[in-house]
Amino acid sequence: MRRSTTGEQLATAMRWLTAIAVVGVLIYGPFQILRSGKYGPENWIAFVIFGLSQGSLYALIALGYTLVYGILRMINFAHGEVFMSGAYIGFFAADALNRAGRLDSTGGALLGLAVITLVAVAGSTTIAVLLERIAYRPLRRAPRLVPLITAIGASLFLQYTFSGLFGSGLRTYPTIDLLKGSFRVGSVPILKVHVLVFVAAVGLMTALYLFVQRTRAGRAMRAVSEDKDTAALMGINVDGVIVQTFMLGGALAGVAGVLHALIYGQVVFNMGFQPGLKAFTAAVLGGIGNVPGAMLGGLFLGVVESLGPALFLEGLGIPAPHQLKDAIAFSLLVLVLVFRPTGILGERVAEKRA
Amino acid sequence: MALLEVHDVHSHYGNIHALKGVSLTVDEGEIVTLIGANGAGKSTTLRTISGLIRPSAGSVRLGGRDIAALKPHAIVAEGVVHVPEGRGIFARLTVDENLSIGAFIRSDAAGIAADLERVFESFPRLKERRRQAGGTLSGGEQQMLAIGRGLMARPRVLLLDEPSMGLAPILVEEIFTIIRRLNAEEGTTILLVEQNALAALDVAHRGYVLETGVVRLSGPAGDLKRDPAVIEAYLGV
Repeated sequence: MRRSTTGEQLATAMRWLTAIAVVGVLIYGPFQILRSGKYGPENWIAFVIFGLSQGSLYALIALGYTLVYGILRMINFAHGEVFMSGAYIGFFAADALNRAGRLDSTGGALLGLAVITLVAVAGSTTIAVLLERIAYRPLRRAPRLVPLITAIGASLFLQYTFSGLFGSGLRTYPTIDLLKGSFRVGSVPILKVHVLVFVAAVGLMTALYLFVQRTRAGRAMRAVSEDKDTAALMGINVDGVIVQTFMLGGALAGVAGVLHALIYGQVVFNMGFQPGLKAFTAAVLGGIGNVPGAMLGGLFLGVVESLGPALFLEGLGIPAPHQLKDAIAFSLLVLVLVFRPTGILGERVAEKRA
Repeated sequence: MALLEVHDVHSHYGNIHALKGVSLTVDEGEIVTLIGANGAGKSTTLRTISGLIRPSAGSVRLGGRDIAALKPHAIVAEGVVHVPEGRGIFARLTVDENLSIGAFIRSDAAGIAADLERVFESFPRLKERRRQAGGTLSGGEQQMLAIGRGLMARPRVLLLDEPSMGLAPILVEEIFTIIRRLNAEEGTTILLVEQNALAALDVAHRGYVLETGVVRLSGPAGDLKRDPAVIEAYLGV
Protein backbone atom coordinates (compact mmCIF):
# COMPACT_ATOMS: atom_id res chain seq x y z
CA MET A 1 0.00 0.00 0.00
CA ARG A 2 1.12 3.47 -0.82
CA ARG A 3 1.91 5.56 2.24
CA SER A 4 0.14 8.89 2.27
CA THR A 5 2.28 11.99 2.51
CA THR A 6 2.21 14.35 5.47
CA GLY A 7 0.30 16.84 3.35
CA GLU A 8 -2.41 14.33 2.60
CA GLN A 9 -2.65 13.31 6.24
CA LEU A 10 -2.98 16.94 7.22
CA ALA A 11 -5.69 17.50 4.61
CA THR A 12 -7.62 14.48 5.87
CA ALA A 13 -7.30 15.66 9.46
CA MET A 14 -8.52 19.11 8.49
CA ARG A 15 -11.51 17.61 6.72
CA TRP A 16 -12.42 15.59 9.77
CA LEU A 17 -12.06 18.62 12.04
CA THR A 18 -14.26 20.66 9.69
CA ALA A 19 -16.83 17.89 9.59
CA ILE A 20 -16.91 17.65 13.38
CA ALA A 21 -17.22 21.42 13.77
CA VAL A 22 -20.03 21.56 11.20
CA VAL A 23 -21.92 18.69 12.78
CA GLY A 24 -21.48 20.33 16.18
CA VAL A 25 -23.01 23.58 14.94
CA LEU A 26 -25.79 21.68 13.18
CA ILE A 27 -26.72 19.92 16.44
CA TYR A 28 -25.97 22.45 19.14
CA GLY A 29 -27.51 25.52 17.39
CA PRO A 30 -30.94 23.99 16.69
CA PHE A 31 -30.97 22.35 20.13
CA GLN A 32 -30.46 25.69 21.88
CA ILE A 33 -32.90 27.68 19.79
CA LEU A 34 -35.65 25.07 19.87
CA ARG A 35 -35.28 24.78 23.63
CA SER A 36 -35.54 28.54 24.02
CA GLY A 37 -38.91 28.49 22.27
CA LYS A 38 -38.27 31.85 20.66
CA TYR A 39 -39.83 30.76 17.36
CA GLY A 40 -43.16 28.97 17.10
CA PRO A 41 -44.16 26.55 14.34
CA GLU A 42 -45.70 29.35 12.26
CA ASN A 43 -42.34 31.15 12.27
CA TRP A 44 -40.54 28.10 11.00
CA ILE A 45 -43.17 27.58 8.32
CA ALA A 46 -42.80 31.20 7.30
CA PHE A 47 -39.01 30.74 7.02
CA VAL A 48 -39.49 27.69 4.82
CA ILE A 49 -42.01 29.42 2.57
CA PHE A 50 -39.78 32.44 2.14
CA GLY A 51 -36.88 30.09 1.47
CA LEU A 52 -38.82 28.19 -1.18
CA SER A 53 -39.75 31.32 -3.06
CA GLN A 54 -36.21 32.68 -2.88
CA GLY A 55 -34.92 29.24 -3.78
CA SER A 56 -37.22 29.14 -6.81
CA LEU A 57 -35.43 32.19 -8.16
CA TYR A 58 -32.05 30.61 -7.50
CA ALA A 59 -33.21 27.45 -9.23
CA LEU A 60 -34.42 29.27 -12.34
CA ILE A 61 -31.11 31.11 -12.65
CA ALA A 62 -29.09 28.02 -11.72
CA LEU A 63 -30.63 26.16 -14.66
CA GLY A 64 -28.93 28.62 -17.00
CA TYR A 65 -25.54 27.89 -15.45
CA THR A 66 -26.06 24.18 -15.48
CA LEU A 67 -27.43 23.95 -19.03
CA VAL A 68 -24.51 25.91 -20.45
CA TYR A 69 -22.03 23.98 -18.34
CA GLY A 70 -23.57 20.71 -19.50
CA ILE A 71 -23.04 21.64 -23.14
CA LEU A 72 -19.80 23.64 -23.09
CA ARG A 73 -18.12 22.70 -19.77
CA MET A 74 -17.88 26.39 -19.13
CA ILE A 75 -19.22 28.62 -16.35
CA ASN A 76 -21.06 31.55 -17.88
CA PHE A 77 -20.28 34.06 -15.15
CA ALA A 78 -22.20 36.72 -17.03
CA HIS A 79 -25.41 34.80 -16.45
CA GLY A 80 -26.31 36.93 -13.41
CA GLU A 81 -26.31 39.91 -15.76
CA VAL A 82 -28.60 38.08 -18.17
CA PHE A 83 -30.98 37.84 -15.22
CA MET A 84 -30.47 41.53 -14.43
CA SER A 85 -31.13 42.55 -18.03
CA GLY A 86 -34.39 40.59 -18.00
CA ALA A 87 -35.54 42.33 -14.85
CA TYR A 88 -34.39 45.72 -16.13
CA ILE A 89 -35.91 45.45 -19.59
CA GLY A 90 -39.11 44.12 -18.02
CA PHE A 91 -39.10 47.23 -15.85
CA PHE A 92 -39.57 49.47 -18.87
CA ALA A 93 -42.60 47.47 -19.97
CA ALA A 94 -44.01 47.48 -16.44
CA ASP A 95 -43.42 51.19 -16.04
CA ALA A 96 -45.08 52.03 -19.36
CA LEU A 97 -48.07 49.83 -18.61
CA ASN A 98 -48.39 51.33 -15.16
CA ARG A 99 -48.31 54.91 -16.46
CA ALA A 100 -51.03 54.00 -18.90
CA GLY A 101 -53.06 52.64 -15.99
CA ARG A 102 -53.15 49.16 -17.52
CA LEU A 103 -52.17 47.26 -14.37
CA ASP A 104 -55.09 48.33 -12.17
CA SER A 105 -57.87 45.91 -13.07
CA THR A 106 -57.47 42.18 -12.49
CA GLY A 107 -57.64 41.36 -16.19
CA GLY A 108 -55.29 44.18 -17.01
CA ALA A 109 -52.81 43.03 -14.39
CA LEU A 110 -52.79 39.46 -15.72
CA LEU A 111 -52.34 40.64 -19.29
CA GLY A 112 -49.78 43.16 -18.10
CA LEU A 113 -47.76 40.48 -16.29
CA ALA A 114 -47.76 38.39 -19.45
CA VAL A 115 -46.53 41.34 -21.50
CA ILE A 116 -43.86 42.28 -18.94
CA THR A 117 -42.63 38.69 -18.84
CA LEU A 118 -42.55 38.44 -22.63
CA VAL A 119 -40.60 41.67 -22.97
CA ALA A 120 -38.18 40.61 -20.20
CA VAL A 121 -37.68 37.17 -21.73
CA ALA A 122 -37.14 38.64 -25.19
CA GLY A 123 -34.54 40.98 -23.71
CA SER A 124 -32.65 38.45 -21.60
CA THR A 125 -32.71 35.83 -24.37
CA THR A 126 -31.28 38.32 -26.84
CA ILE A 127 -28.51 39.25 -24.42
CA ALA A 128 -27.71 35.57 -23.77
CA VAL A 129 -27.51 34.79 -27.49
CA LEU A 130 -25.35 37.84 -28.18
CA LEU A 131 -23.02 36.81 -25.36
CA GLU A 132 -22.58 33.39 -26.92
CA ARG A 133 -22.10 34.77 -30.41
CA ILE A 134 -19.75 37.64 -29.60
CA ALA A 135 -17.94 36.64 -26.41
CA TYR A 136 -17.81 32.85 -26.29
CA ARG A 137 -18.06 31.30 -29.75
CA PRO A 138 -14.80 32.78 -31.03
CA LEU A 139 -13.10 31.21 -27.99
CA ARG A 140 -14.64 27.75 -28.37
CA ARG A 141 -11.24 26.13 -28.93
CA ALA A 142 -9.28 28.31 -26.51
CA PRO A 143 -8.00 27.00 -23.16
CA ARG A 144 -10.70 26.93 -20.49
CA LEU A 145 -9.39 29.88 -18.53
CA VAL A 146 -9.87 32.21 -21.49
CA PRO A 147 -13.69 32.03 -21.79
CA LEU A 148 -13.91 32.20 -18.00
CA ILE A 149 -12.06 35.51 -17.90
CA THR A 150 -14.11 36.69 -20.86
CA ALA A 151 -17.28 35.84 -18.96
CA ILE A 152 -16.21 38.00 -16.05
CA GLY A 153 -15.40 40.78 -18.49
CA ALA A 154 -18.78 40.38 -20.18
CA SER A 155 -20.45 40.49 -16.79
CA LEU A 156 -18.83 43.83 -15.91
CA PHE A 157 -19.49 45.13 -19.42
CA LEU A 158 -23.20 44.44 -19.07
CA GLN A 159 -23.43 45.94 -15.58
CA TYR A 160 -21.78 49.17 -16.56
CA THR A 161 -23.57 49.40 -19.88
CA PHE A 162 -26.88 49.32 -18.01
CA SER A 163 -25.52 51.74 -15.45
CA GLY A 164 -24.32 54.07 -18.18
CA LEU A 165 -27.50 53.93 -20.21
CA PHE A 166 -30.09 53.94 -17.45
CA GLY A 167 -28.31 55.37 -14.44
CA SER A 168 -26.85 53.75 -11.38
CA GLY A 169 -29.79 54.41 -9.06
CA LEU A 170 -32.57 52.09 -8.01
CA ARG A 171 -35.67 52.05 -10.18
CA THR A 172 -38.92 51.23 -8.47
CA TYR A 173 -41.07 48.58 -10.07
CA PRO A 174 -44.74 49.45 -10.11
CA THR A 175 -46.73 47.53 -7.53
CA ILE A 176 -49.49 45.38 -8.88
CA ASP A 177 -52.58 45.41 -6.67
CA LEU A 178 -53.51 41.92 -7.70
CA LEU A 179 -50.34 40.56 -6.08
CA LYS A 180 -50.59 42.55 -2.88
CA GLY A 181 -51.53 40.90 0.37
CA SER A 182 -51.45 37.34 1.47
CA PHE A 183 -53.39 34.12 1.82
CA ARG A 184 -53.90 32.59 5.20
CA VAL A 185 -53.30 28.92 5.74
CA GLY A 186 -54.29 28.28 9.33
CA SER A 187 -52.47 30.94 11.29
CA VAL A 188 -49.68 31.28 8.75
CA PRO A 189 -49.87 34.15 6.27
CA ILE A 190 -48.41 33.42 2.85
CA LEU A 191 -47.64 36.33 0.56
CA LYS A 192 -49.43 36.02 -2.78
CA VAL A 193 -46.30 36.99 -4.62
CA HIS A 194 -44.39 34.10 -3.02
CA VAL A 195 -47.04 31.68 -4.18
CA LEU A 196 -46.84 33.10 -7.69
CA VAL A 197 -43.05 32.79 -7.74
CA PHE A 198 -43.06 29.23 -6.49
CA VAL A 199 -45.83 28.05 -8.81
CA ALA A 200 -44.30 29.75 -11.84
CA ALA A 201 -40.88 28.32 -11.10
CA VAL A 202 -42.12 24.78 -10.54
CA GLY A 203 -44.17 24.97 -13.73
CA LEU A 204 -41.20 26.16 -15.77
CA MET A 205 -38.84 23.61 -14.27
CA THR A 206 -41.27 20.80 -15.05
CA ALA A 207 -41.62 22.07 -18.60
CA LEU A 208 -37.86 22.29 -18.98
CA TYR A 209 -37.35 18.80 -17.61
CA LEU A 210 -39.91 17.36 -20.03
CA PHE A 211 -38.36 19.30 -22.88
CA VAL A 212 -34.90 17.91 -22.19
CA GLN A 213 -36.09 14.35 -21.60
CA ARG A 214 -38.90 13.90 -24.10
CA THR A 215 -38.41 16.04 -27.16
CA ARG A 216 -36.21 15.63 -30.20
CA ALA A 217 -34.47 18.94 -29.49
CA GLY A 218 -33.90 17.90 -25.88
CA ARG A 219 -32.39 14.62 -27.02
CA ALA A 220 -30.08 16.50 -29.36
CA MET A 221 -29.07 18.70 -26.45
CA ARG A 222 -28.21 15.70 -24.29
CA ALA A 223 -26.26 14.15 -27.16
CA VAL A 224 -24.24 17.35 -27.67
CA SER A 225 -23.59 17.50 -23.96
CA GLU A 226 -22.05 14.04 -24.05
CA ASP A 227 -20.01 14.21 -27.22
CA LYS A 228 -20.06 17.10 -29.68
CA ASP A 229 -18.20 15.37 -32.50
CA THR A 230 -20.40 12.30 -32.50
CA ALA A 231 -23.51 14.47 -32.22
CA ALA A 232 -22.37 16.30 -35.36
CA LEU A 233 -21.89 12.93 -37.08
CA MET A 234 -25.57 12.20 -36.34
CA GLY A 235 -26.56 15.28 -38.31
CA ILE A 236 -27.08 17.52 -35.29
CA ASN A 237 -26.15 21.15 -35.83
CA VAL A 238 -23.97 21.58 -32.76
CA ASP A 239 -23.73 25.37 -32.99
CA GLY A 240 -27.51 25.50 -33.27
CA VAL A 241 -27.93 23.41 -30.14
CA ILE A 242 -25.49 25.64 -28.26
CA VAL A 243 -27.49 28.73 -29.24
CA GLN A 244 -30.70 26.99 -28.16
CA THR A 245 -29.12 26.24 -24.81
CA PHE A 246 -28.20 29.87 -24.24
CA MET A 247 -31.72 30.86 -25.30
CA LEU A 248 -33.31 28.50 -22.80
CA GLY A 249 -31.06 29.67 -19.98
CA GLY A 250 -31.64 33.29 -20.97
CA ALA A 251 -35.42 32.88 -21.06
CA LEU A 252 -35.51 31.25 -17.61
CA ALA A 253 -33.29 34.02 -16.24
CA GLY A 254 -35.64 36.60 -17.76
CA VAL A 255 -38.64 35.10 -15.98
CA ALA A 256 -36.59 34.95 -12.78
CA GLY A 257 -35.77 38.63 -13.27
CA VAL A 258 -39.44 39.61 -13.42
CA LEU A 259 -40.31 37.42 -10.42
CA HIS A 260 -37.42 38.89 -8.45
CA ALA A 261 -38.61 42.40 -9.26
CA LEU A 262 -42.15 41.51 -8.18
CA ILE A 263 -40.88 40.37 -4.78
CA TYR A 264 -38.40 43.17 -4.13
CA GLY A 265 -40.06 45.93 -6.12
CA GLN A 266 -36.94 47.43 -7.63
CA VAL A 267 -34.21 47.01 -10.22
CA VAL A 268 -30.65 48.28 -10.33
CA PHE A 269 -27.73 47.68 -12.68
CA ASN A 270 -25.79 45.43 -10.28
CA MET A 271 -28.73 43.40 -9.00
CA GLY A 272 -27.55 40.34 -10.92
CA PHE A 273 -24.30 39.87 -9.08
CA GLN A 274 -25.43 38.37 -5.82
CA PRO A 275 -28.31 36.19 -7.13
CA GLY A 276 -25.96 35.09 -9.90
CA LEU A 277 -23.38 33.89 -7.40
CA LYS A 278 -26.05 32.23 -5.27
CA ALA A 279 -27.51 30.48 -8.29
CA PHE A 280 -24.06 29.32 -9.29
CA THR A 281 -23.69 27.96 -5.76
CA ALA A 282 -27.04 26.23 -6.15
CA ALA A 283 -25.96 24.67 -9.43
CA VAL A 284 -22.75 23.35 -7.87
CA LEU A 285 -24.70 22.18 -4.85
CA GLY A 286 -27.05 20.11 -7.00
CA GLY A 287 -24.28 18.84 -9.27
CA ILE A 288 -23.30 21.16 -12.10
CA GLY A 289 -24.51 20.00 -15.48
CA ASN A 290 -27.43 18.18 -13.91
CA VAL A 291 -30.86 19.73 -14.59
CA PRO A 292 -32.83 18.27 -11.65
CA GLY A 293 -29.75 19.00 -9.52
CA ALA A 294 -29.97 22.72 -10.29
CA MET A 295 -33.64 22.76 -9.34
CA LEU A 296 -33.03 20.88 -6.12
CA GLY A 297 -29.89 22.87 -5.32
CA GLY A 298 -31.74 26.16 -5.77
CA LEU A 299 -34.63 25.24 -3.52
CA PHE A 300 -32.29 23.71 -0.95
CA LEU A 301 -30.06 26.77 -0.86
CA GLY A 302 -33.06 29.09 -0.55
CA VAL A 303 -34.45 27.15 2.39
CA VAL A 304 -31.11 26.73 4.18
CA GLU A 305 -30.36 30.40 3.76
CA SER A 306 -33.75 31.35 5.14
CA LEU A 307 -33.84 28.89 8.02
CA GLY A 308 -30.14 28.87 8.77
CA PRO A 309 -29.60 32.09 10.70
CA ALA A 310 -32.37 31.32 13.19
CA LEU A 311 -31.95 27.59 13.27
CA PHE A 312 -28.19 27.18 13.33
CA LEU A 313 -26.66 30.49 14.38
CA GLU A 314 -28.99 32.20 16.80
CA GLY A 315 -28.73 29.38 19.31
CA LEU A 316 -24.97 29.84 19.36
CA GLY A 317 -25.43 33.32 20.76
CA ILE A 318 -24.43 35.14 17.59
CA PRO A 319 -25.82 38.67 17.92
CA ALA A 320 -27.12 39.42 14.41
CA PRO A 321 -27.53 36.03 12.75
CA HIS A 322 -29.76 37.27 9.93
CA GLN A 323 -26.90 39.37 8.59
CA LEU A 324 -25.07 36.13 8.05
CA LYS A 325 -27.34 34.41 5.57
CA ASP A 326 -24.93 35.02 2.71
CA ALA A 327 -22.14 33.62 4.83
CA ILE A 328 -24.25 30.50 5.33
CA ALA A 329 -24.87 30.17 1.60
CA PHE A 330 -21.21 30.38 0.70
CA SER A 331 -20.11 28.20 3.60
CA LEU A 332 -22.44 25.63 2.15
CA LEU A 333 -20.66 26.02 -1.20
CA VAL A 334 -17.27 25.50 0.41
CA LEU A 335 -18.52 22.47 2.36
CA VAL A 336 -19.94 20.89 -0.77
CA LEU A 337 -16.72 21.48 -2.65
CA VAL A 338 -14.73 19.91 0.19
CA PHE A 339 -16.92 16.91 0.95
CA ARG A 340 -18.85 16.21 -2.22
CA PRO A 341 -17.37 18.08 -5.17
CA THR A 342 -19.84 16.49 -7.59
CA GLY A 343 -22.85 17.95 -5.77
CA ILE A 344 -25.98 16.28 -4.47
CA LEU A 345 -27.05 14.61 -7.72
CA GLY A 346 -23.77 14.83 -9.56
CA GLU A 347 -22.02 11.70 -10.67
CA ARG A 348 -18.36 11.40 -11.37
CA VAL A 349 -18.26 10.87 -15.08
CA ALA A 350 -15.03 9.62 -16.53
CA GLU A 351 -13.44 12.13 -18.86
CA LYS A 352 -14.39 11.24 -22.38
CA ARG A 353 -11.82 10.16 -24.89
CA ALA A 354 -9.79 12.97 -26.42
CA MET B 1 -19.02 8.00 -61.91
CA ALA B 2 -18.13 6.85 -58.42
CA LEU B 3 -20.58 7.54 -55.61
CA LEU B 4 -17.87 8.85 -53.30
CA GLU B 5 -14.80 10.43 -54.78
CA VAL B 6 -11.93 11.72 -52.67
CA HIS B 7 -9.45 13.58 -54.83
CA ASP B 8 -5.96 14.68 -53.80
CA VAL B 9 -7.00 15.59 -50.27
CA HIS B 10 -4.58 17.21 -47.82
CA SER B 11 -5.44 17.51 -44.13
CA HIS B 12 -3.63 18.94 -41.16
CA TYR B 13 -3.82 18.34 -37.43
CA GLY B 14 -2.29 21.52 -36.12
CA ASN B 15 1.20 21.43 -37.62
CA ILE B 16 1.06 17.79 -38.61
CA HIS B 17 0.47 17.19 -42.28
CA ALA B 18 -1.62 14.04 -41.84
CA LEU B 19 -2.95 13.49 -45.36
CA LYS B 20 -0.67 14.30 -48.26
CA GLY B 21 -2.83 14.01 -51.32
CA VAL B 22 -5.11 11.03 -50.72
CA SER B 23 -7.37 9.95 -53.57
CA LEU B 24 -9.87 7.12 -53.49
CA THR B 25 -13.26 6.20 -54.89
CA VAL B 26 -16.16 4.11 -53.66
CA ASP B 27 -18.78 2.87 -56.12
CA GLU B 28 -22.41 2.33 -55.27
CA GLY B 29 -22.91 -1.08 -53.63
CA GLU B 30 -19.23 -1.65 -52.91
CA ILE B 31 -17.33 -2.41 -49.75
CA VAL B 32 -14.00 -0.61 -49.95
CA THR B 33 -11.45 -0.97 -47.21
CA LEU B 34 -8.69 1.34 -46.13
CA ILE B 35 -5.85 -0.47 -44.37
CA GLY B 36 -2.53 0.63 -43.02
CA ALA B 37 -0.47 0.97 -39.88
CA ASN B 38 -1.30 3.11 -36.88
CA GLY B 39 -0.95 6.76 -37.74
CA ALA B 40 -1.10 6.17 -41.50
CA GLY B 41 -4.05 8.54 -41.75
CA LYS B 42 -6.96 6.08 -42.02
CA SER B 43 -9.14 7.72 -39.39
CA THR B 44 -8.09 11.15 -40.58
CA THR B 45 -9.34 10.23 -44.05
CA LEU B 46 -12.76 9.31 -42.64
CA ARG B 47 -12.86 12.40 -40.43
CA THR B 48 -12.07 14.53 -43.46
CA ILE B 49 -14.82 12.92 -45.52
CA SER B 50 -17.37 13.45 -42.76
CA GLY B 51 -16.29 17.05 -42.22
CA LEU B 52 -14.87 16.81 -38.70
CA ILE B 53 -11.60 17.96 -40.26
CA ARG B 54 -11.71 20.51 -43.02
CA PRO B 55 -9.21 19.55 -45.76
CA SER B 56 -6.63 22.18 -46.63
CA ALA B 57 -6.70 21.14 -50.28
CA GLY B 58 -8.45 18.68 -52.57
CA SER B 59 -12.09 17.72 -53.05
CA VAL B 60 -14.58 15.26 -51.60
CA ARG B 61 -17.47 14.54 -53.95
CA LEU B 62 -20.63 12.65 -53.27
CA GLY B 63 -22.57 11.81 -56.41
CA GLY B 64 -20.55 14.52 -58.17
CA ARG B 65 -21.34 17.26 -55.64
CA ASP B 66 -18.43 18.73 -53.67
CA ILE B 67 -19.14 18.36 -49.96
CA ALA B 68 -15.69 19.26 -48.62
CA ALA B 69 -16.74 22.74 -47.47
CA LEU B 70 -19.90 21.58 -45.67
CA LYS B 71 -20.26 21.29 -41.90
CA PRO B 72 -20.45 17.75 -40.51
CA HIS B 73 -24.19 17.87 -39.86
CA ALA B 74 -24.84 19.01 -43.42
CA ILE B 75 -22.67 16.20 -44.77
CA VAL B 76 -24.84 13.70 -42.87
CA ALA B 77 -27.86 15.22 -44.55
CA GLU B 78 -26.15 14.55 -47.90
CA GLY B 79 -26.00 10.87 -47.00
CA VAL B 80 -22.51 10.24 -45.63
CA VAL B 81 -22.73 8.63 -42.20
CA HIS B 82 -19.60 8.06 -40.15
CA VAL B 83 -19.54 5.50 -37.33
CA PRO B 84 -16.55 6.82 -35.40
CA GLU B 85 -13.64 4.98 -33.88
CA GLY B 86 -14.47 4.02 -30.30
CA ARG B 87 -18.14 3.80 -31.35
CA GLY B 88 -19.29 7.15 -29.93
CA ILE B 89 -22.22 5.72 -28.04
CA PHE B 90 -24.08 8.29 -25.95
CA ALA B 91 -23.57 6.56 -22.63
CA ARG B 92 -26.37 8.29 -20.75
CA LEU B 93 -28.94 7.98 -23.50
CA THR B 94 -30.90 4.76 -23.79
CA VAL B 95 -30.46 2.36 -26.69
CA ASP B 96 -33.76 3.65 -28.11
CA GLU B 97 -32.62 7.23 -27.77
CA ASN B 98 -29.27 6.48 -29.41
CA LEU B 99 -31.08 4.91 -32.34
CA SER B 100 -33.51 7.77 -32.69
CA ILE B 101 -30.60 10.23 -32.64
CA GLY B 102 -29.26 8.20 -35.58
CA ALA B 103 -32.40 9.16 -37.50
CA PHE B 104 -32.10 12.80 -36.41
CA ILE B 105 -31.99 14.20 -39.95
CA ARG B 106 -35.10 12.31 -41.04
CA SER B 107 -38.71 13.28 -40.54
CA ASP B 108 -40.53 10.32 -42.15
CA ALA B 109 -41.93 8.76 -38.97
CA ALA B 110 -43.19 5.62 -40.73
CA GLY B 111 -39.87 5.01 -42.45
CA ILE B 112 -37.98 5.54 -39.21
CA ALA B 113 -40.22 3.06 -37.38
CA ALA B 114 -39.70 0.49 -40.15
CA ASP B 115 -35.93 0.98 -40.06
CA LEU B 116 -35.95 0.63 -36.29
CA GLU B 117 -37.62 -2.74 -36.69
CA ARG B 118 -35.02 -3.76 -39.25
CA VAL B 119 -32.19 -2.76 -36.94
CA PHE B 120 -33.79 -4.79 -34.15
CA GLU B 121 -34.12 -7.74 -36.52
CA SER B 122 -30.43 -7.53 -37.35
CA PHE B 123 -29.45 -6.97 -33.72
CA PRO B 124 -32.00 -8.72 -31.48
CA ARG B 125 -29.86 -8.03 -28.42
CA LEU B 126 -30.39 -4.31 -28.88
CA LYS B 127 -34.13 -4.84 -28.73
CA GLU B 128 -33.80 -6.65 -25.42
CA ARG B 129 -31.83 -3.75 -24.06
CA ARG B 130 -33.67 -0.89 -25.68
CA ARG B 131 -34.48 0.91 -22.42
CA GLN B 132 -31.00 0.50 -21.00
CA ALA B 133 -28.45 3.33 -20.98
CA GLY B 134 -25.95 2.98 -23.83
CA GLY B 135 -23.05 3.04 -21.40
CA THR B 136 -24.20 -0.18 -19.74
CA LEU B 137 -23.82 -2.27 -22.91
CA SER B 138 -20.87 -4.55 -23.54
CA GLY B 139 -18.29 -3.61 -26.15
CA GLY B 140 -19.84 -5.87 -28.79
CA GLU B 141 -23.33 -4.57 -28.11
CA GLN B 142 -22.07 -1.01 -28.29
CA GLN B 143 -20.54 -1.70 -31.68
CA MET B 144 -23.82 -3.16 -32.90
CA LEU B 145 -25.61 -0.11 -31.54
CA ALA B 146 -23.14 2.17 -33.31
CA ILE B 147 -23.69 0.41 -36.63
CA GLY B 148 -27.45 0.22 -36.10
CA ARG B 149 -27.52 3.90 -35.26
CA GLY B 150 -25.58 4.66 -38.44
CA LEU B 151 -28.10 2.69 -40.49
CA MET B 152 -30.97 4.66 -38.96
CA ALA B 153 -29.85 7.62 -41.08
CA ARG B 154 -30.35 5.55 -44.30
CA PRO B 155 -26.85 6.41 -45.47
CA ARG B 156 -25.82 6.50 -49.11
CA VAL B 157 -22.31 5.71 -47.83
CA LEU B 158 -21.50 4.25 -44.44
CA LEU B 159 -18.04 5.01 -43.07
CA LEU B 160 -16.96 2.45 -40.47
CA ASP B 161 -13.88 3.24 -38.38
CA GLU B 162 -12.29 0.20 -36.71
CA PRO B 163 -15.50 -1.69 -35.97
CA SER B 164 -13.55 -4.69 -34.64
CA MET B 165 -11.39 -2.71 -32.23
CA GLY B 166 -11.32 -4.05 -28.70
CA LEU B 167 -13.68 -6.95 -29.38
CA ALA B 168 -13.18 -10.61 -28.58
CA PRO B 169 -12.34 -12.76 -31.65
CA ILE B 170 -15.79 -14.34 -31.80
CA LEU B 171 -17.42 -10.91 -31.80
CA VAL B 172 -15.02 -9.68 -34.45
CA GLU B 173 -16.22 -12.47 -36.68
CA GLU B 174 -19.83 -11.55 -35.96
CA ILE B 175 -19.24 -7.90 -36.80
CA PHE B 176 -17.66 -8.82 -40.16
CA THR B 177 -20.55 -11.15 -40.93
CA ILE B 178 -22.91 -8.28 -40.27
CA ILE B 179 -20.93 -5.96 -42.52
CA ARG B 180 -20.99 -8.49 -45.35
CA ARG B 181 -24.71 -9.05 -44.91
CA LEU B 182 -25.55 -5.32 -44.82
CA ASN B 183 -23.79 -4.98 -48.12
CA ALA B 184 -25.07 -8.14 -49.80
CA GLU B 185 -28.69 -7.99 -48.64
CA GLU B 186 -29.36 -4.29 -48.23
CA GLY B 187 -26.91 -2.97 -50.79
CA THR B 188 -25.29 -0.63 -48.27
CA THR B 189 -22.19 1.07 -49.63
CA ILE B 190 -19.40 0.88 -47.09
CA LEU B 191 -15.98 2.45 -46.64
CA LEU B 192 -14.27 0.38 -43.98
CA VAL B 193 -11.18 1.35 -42.01
CA GLU B 194 -9.54 -1.57 -40.22
CA GLN B 195 -6.44 -2.61 -38.31
CA ASN B 196 -7.46 -6.18 -38.92
CA ALA B 197 -6.33 -6.10 -42.55
CA LEU B 198 -6.94 -9.76 -43.31
CA ALA B 199 -10.56 -9.75 -42.19
CA ALA B 200 -11.15 -6.42 -43.91
CA LEU B 201 -9.76 -7.69 -47.23
CA ASP B 202 -11.94 -10.79 -46.86
CA VAL B 203 -15.17 -8.80 -46.83
CA ALA B 204 -14.16 -5.94 -49.13
CA HIS B 205 -14.37 -5.73 -52.91
CA ARG B 206 -11.47 -3.34 -53.22
CA GLY B 207 -8.85 -1.93 -50.93
CA TYR B 208 -6.40 0.94 -50.47
CA VAL B 209 -3.20 0.71 -48.47
CA LEU B 210 -2.36 3.95 -46.72
CA GLU B 211 1.14 4.82 -45.52
CA THR B 212 1.95 8.08 -43.69
CA GLY B 213 -0.76 10.02 -45.42
CA VAL B 214 -0.26 8.63 -48.94
CA VAL B 215 -1.99 5.82 -50.82
CA ARG B 216 0.75 3.23 -51.50
CA LEU B 217 -1.27 0.52 -53.18
CA SER B 218 -4.79 -0.08 -54.35
CA GLY B 219 -6.73 -2.72 -56.17
CA PRO B 220 -9.20 -5.56 -55.84
CA ALA B 221 -9.14 -7.01 -52.33
CA GLY B 222 -8.13 -10.45 -53.62
CA ASP B 223 -5.05 -9.03 -55.36
CA LEU B 224 -3.99 -7.04 -52.29
CA LYS B 225 -4.24 -10.14 -50.16
CA ARG B 226 -1.70 -11.85 -52.43
CA ASP B 227 0.59 -8.83 -52.75
CA PRO B 228 3.93 -9.66 -51.11
CA ALA B 229 4.38 -6.16 -49.76
CA VAL B 230 0.93 -6.21 -48.14
CA ILE B 231 1.49 -9.68 -46.76
CA GLU B 232 4.74 -8.67 -45.21
CA ALA B 233 3.61 -5.36 -43.79
CA TYR B 234 0.01 -5.96 -42.72
CA LEU B 235 -1.00 -9.58 -42.78
CA GLY B 236 1.64 -10.58 -40.27
CA VAL B 237 2.93 -13.66 -42.03
